[in-house]
Amino acid sequence: MLEFANPTRFMALSRSVLPWLWAAAAGVLAIGLVLAFRAPADYQQGLTVLIMYIHVPSAWLAMMCYAVIATSSVGTLVWRHPLADVSARAAAPIGACFTFLALVTGSLWGKPMWGTWWVWDARLTSVLLLFLMYLGLIALWRAFDDPARAARPVAILALVGFVNIPIIKFSVDWWNTLHQPASVFRFDGPTIDPSMLWPLMVMAVAFTLLFLAIHVAAMRNEILRRRVRAMRVKAASTLVPAE
Amino acid sequence: MIGAIAMLFRRETTLALRVGGGAMMGAVFFLTIVAIMPFAVGPDLNLLQRIGPAILWVGALLATLIGLDRLFQADHEDGSLDLLTMTELPLAVIVAVKAAAHWVTTGLPLVIAAPLLGLMLNVEPAALGAVALTLAAGTPALTFIGTIGAALTVALRRGGLLVPILILPLTVPVLIFGVSATNAAVTGPMAVSTPLTILAGLTLLSVVLAPIAAAAALRLAFD
Repeated sequence: MLEFANPTRFMALSRSVLPWLWAAAAGVLAIGLVLAFRAPADYQQGLTVLIMYIHVPSAWLAMMCYAVIATSSVGTLVWRHPLADVSARAAAPIGACFTFLALVTGSLWGKPMWGTWWVWDARLTSVLLLFLMYLGLIALWRAFDDPARAARPVAILALVGFVNIPIIKFSVDWWNTLHQPASVFRFDGPTIDPSMLWPLMVMAVAFTLLFLAIHVAAMRNEILRRRVRAMRVKAASTLVPAE
Repeated sequence: MIGAIAMLFRRETTLALRVGGGAMMGAVFFLTIVAIMPFAVGPDLNLLQRIGPAILWVGALLATLIGLDRLFQADHEDGSLDLLTMTELPLAVIVAVKAAAHWVTTGLPLVIAAPLLGLMLNVEPAALGAVALTLAAGTPALTFIGTIGAALTVALRRGGLLVPILILPLTVPVLIFGVSATNAAVTGPMAVSTPLTILAGLTLLSVVLAPIAAAAALRLAFD
């Protein structure tokens, strides 16, 4: 962990890793798409079941991004790791995008299947609340003039949200339920047919690789943005008035 | 220590009740929200009777958030927050006492006003008591969760609208169990005690945990 604490070393390492990450993400995504299109159509849902291969990995990634932010926040608060804040900040918009993608694809899937764009069902509602929490994090980041001062308040908010997510999930489940229950990760094995499970798993791996590639690229951008800002502040403070 | 806590509590309530304190602002806002709802949904008394407890809860939720942004900001600006942190009281206890005083001056009036406003919404007499009871059990949780948002935005110039954005998603469980307990008391086949005890549990949890998070956020304001 500590040898990566130096942003310069991170920049050098990520520069060499990033092309491979992009290539791996593109390759696995291509395989996953081919597998998904060759998978049998559902006997009830027809071709709309293809939405699942985007929808389900997006929903998983939406939750994983928050876990990444929460882990990074611990790094910010406990070790004051300089890259932890960069990682959390880079992950928040990506997580918001995956959450939005899960909501939109779910809505597009819900129209032919349930006959409505939106229902106030437990799972949809808790994902919507997750989306609102991502927006809250981004809003708090943007409220500080100095990005360095925003790091620790946002880390506290992210951890408060992380503690609250199970409570929100539990209470929303208690409130209402229509969405099908989890069908992949179950104690008695998945209820989904292997012919659809394999493409889904490949797509999940592809989305995870895609997330890693975007995340590393966004972290590089964030580091560069902070360097530009530091240089601008320095240039402004040493500015010599014109003769 | 008890003396210091009592002194701080008295200071907070006095400041809130005097001119410029804004203690009654939340109750007036609550009345305004309840008053505009019939204009939006129509004056149908049967409909209002059905959604009355929900209106009262949403109104109380929004009214609790009013004035939260000033909870620490005023003390931060005039420097009394620095003095408070230098006392031997832990910062989390100070936050808890300030939140309790804030609830007594803004949350408690809502609990007292709710049955009265419920009458205007044609809420059944049995439900009036239930609304007051669930608000009494639930609004402390809203205030204490709100202190986290107030502490996070203490150094910001435009923290006003940010606090509800940060806090409202976290208050959804309180809203769900508050309204369920009220509805269970009126119509539901379910026993009132189930959602009510969960609501009380949420309140106790936030009373214990929220001051710790808020104190951690406040310390950052002094960096």
